[in-house]
Amino acid sequence: MLLGLSEPSGGTARVLDYDPALNPTAVKRFVGYMPDNVGFYSGMTGRQNIRYTARLNRLPKSETEDRISAMLERVGLTNAADKKVETYSRGMRQRLGLADVLIKRPSIIILDEPTTAIDPAGVEEVLALVRELADEGAAILLASHLLHQVQQVCDRVGIFVSGKLVASGTTQKLAAQAATGTIEIEVIAAPPLDAVRQAALKVSGVASVATDGRDKDMLVVTANRDVRAELARALVEAGHPPYHLRRRGDELDEIYRRYFAANEPAGGAA
Amino acid sequence: MTGQADSLPAARRRKRKNIRMQAPETPPPQRQSRSVAAQPADVGPSFRAGWRIIAAKEFADHLSSWRLLGLTIVLALTGAAAVYATGGVIKSFASQAQGTQSLFLILFAPPSQLQQLNQIPTFVTFISFLGPLLGIAFGFDAINGERSEATLPRLLAQPIYRDDVVNGKFVAGLASIGLILAVVMALVGAVGVIQLGIVPSAEDVARLIVWWVLALMYIGFWLAFALLCSVLVRRAATSAIIALAAWLLMSVFFTLVVGLVAGFVSPVAPDSTSASPDTIANTKVQVNLQRLSPNQLFFEATGAVLNPTIRTTTPGLVTANQADAAVSSLLSLDQSLLVIWPQFVALIAATMVTFGIGYVAFMRQEVRA
Repeated sequence: MLLGLSEPSGGTARVLDYDPALNPTAVKRFVGYMPDNVGFYSGMTGRQNIRYTARLNRLPKSETEDRISAMLERVGLTNAADKKVETYSRGMRQRLGLADVLIKRPSIIILDEPTTAIDPAGVEEVLALVRELADEGAAILLASHLLHQVQQVCDRVGIFVSGKLVASGTTQKLAAQAATGTIEIEVIAAPPLDAVRQAALKVSGVASVATDGRDKDMLVVTANRDVRAELARALVEAGHPPYHLRRRGDELDEIYRRYFAANEPAGGAA
Repeated sequence: MTGQADSLPAARRRKRKNIRMQAPETPPPQRQSRSVAAQPADVGPSFRAGWRIIAAKEFADHLSSWRLLGLTIVLALTGAAAVYATGGVIKSFASQAQGTQSLFLILFAPPSQLQQLNQIPTFVTFISFLGPLLGIAFGFDAINGERSEATLPRLLAQPIYRDDVVNGKFVAGLASIGLILAVVMALVGAVGVIQLGIVPSAEDVARLIVWWVLALMYIGFWLAFALLCSVLVRRAATSAIIALAAWLLMSVFFTLVVGLVAGFVSPVAPDSTSASPDTIANTKVQVNLQRLSPNQLFFEATGAVLNPTIRTTTPGLVTANQADAAVSSLLSLDQSLLVIWPQFVALIAATMVTFGIGYVAFMRQEVRA
């Protein structure tokens, strides 16, 4: 909708001061969009596909070829540039998609699920590229369901639940907003479990200690503030050095889950 | 972030440092009043229309495709066979035909008395039968092909208008078809020249060019129809089958259906002669119904353009008296054009309307799957 690909049912949007519903081509010159499950003409080579995009963006012919080569090199496809796209893997297509977006020198980049269905190494490369681009000053809007990846690369996060933006800001800010007043700390310490539990309960601020549902070696300490330092000291002093001590709730997945629970039914992305 | 960068091959990291992308210099993100944004952004003399870029790419695709090569070969072979066979019988006909009609045009469209002499259909019959296949071949996967390759959203995210896609594809298809037709006609003409040793006159060439335009319009209708199918139907195979079914219906069964309907609407008494009013009424209904079919329009127009002796497109409604009274002479090209003008306009209209429906359907469609 921000590109004028679908009609809004109401309201207005402004992208770089253009209205995408009225003047989509203007918006599309400055915004690079990589759709979910990006596709290329399989009978053409990677280079030919990018060249077509360059033409459609009316890049001057003199600089097009150099730019294409530079972009393909940047996404690590120099060796595959003159092979047909039908021989590419998902990760390669995804990276070709990034080159395709970059060729027009966008000031805003919209990436829809850039890392779904590709292997972990590919994910890492794509995310590194995204981060690099952001550091160079492009505004990147990334939509994804893979929240831990989002957390790795995004400066600001917005959470949508059933089509409504319910929160936005830095991950820390969201975590603070989503906090329910008490915090939970995961603890795994040298056994026996009961002794650990007793030691934990003695720490001031701890409200309760429960066993984790899945991991029977893990205890979940509920406290009214962040008591990790005191807890660690107490456990060491009691002779149960902790192996694992982690505050729950600062992961985007968990923040999302909390917003989701609060805002009910299905859907959502960050 | 640093951790990820470390995991990349060292060589690639080094390369990356060398090629820093220049900071996006393009948009002076026009932070001005609203009125600026409302103006069309793409002005400037060097701004090439989007449809031309798309048409250029599609045309290049067509040129290197197997379907173009295959169709050209099939058409050239059948065309050459038809002309060769016509040329064989033309010699016996030449003595009586001389002075009345151009022999070169007879090669392409022999008059009916000559057609009975040989078994192979004439060149124009071939084109009117196989021409739609050309249109279908270049249109049936135009839009749904982009969908199944998932290239449509990416394509439309580029700074082009949405109709540039359909327009560009239609133009590219038409250009490919025009090229095939011209090549085949040149080949066929060459066969005729070699076999019979007759050289076309200027008017022959002019008539053939008019016929080329006519055939392009006729095949353009089928191209537009196939394009419409490709917009409406998501799977290319289904779209091809629908288009082919329509083609079969129009070229094979339509006449039968028209005969039935006309007999129903305006029945002919068993004892009526060919000149009695109910027969004439029945023929009128048939002619008018037939003209709903682009095949019929093309057939009628072809006859008059390639055969200067034909002065009406409704021979069934000319009585023996009228035919006798007519002075037997050749029509000049502009007179022939006057005869076929309604057919010509109707063909263009049919093509435009079909294309228009596809156009509107595409503009209203959701881009994403």
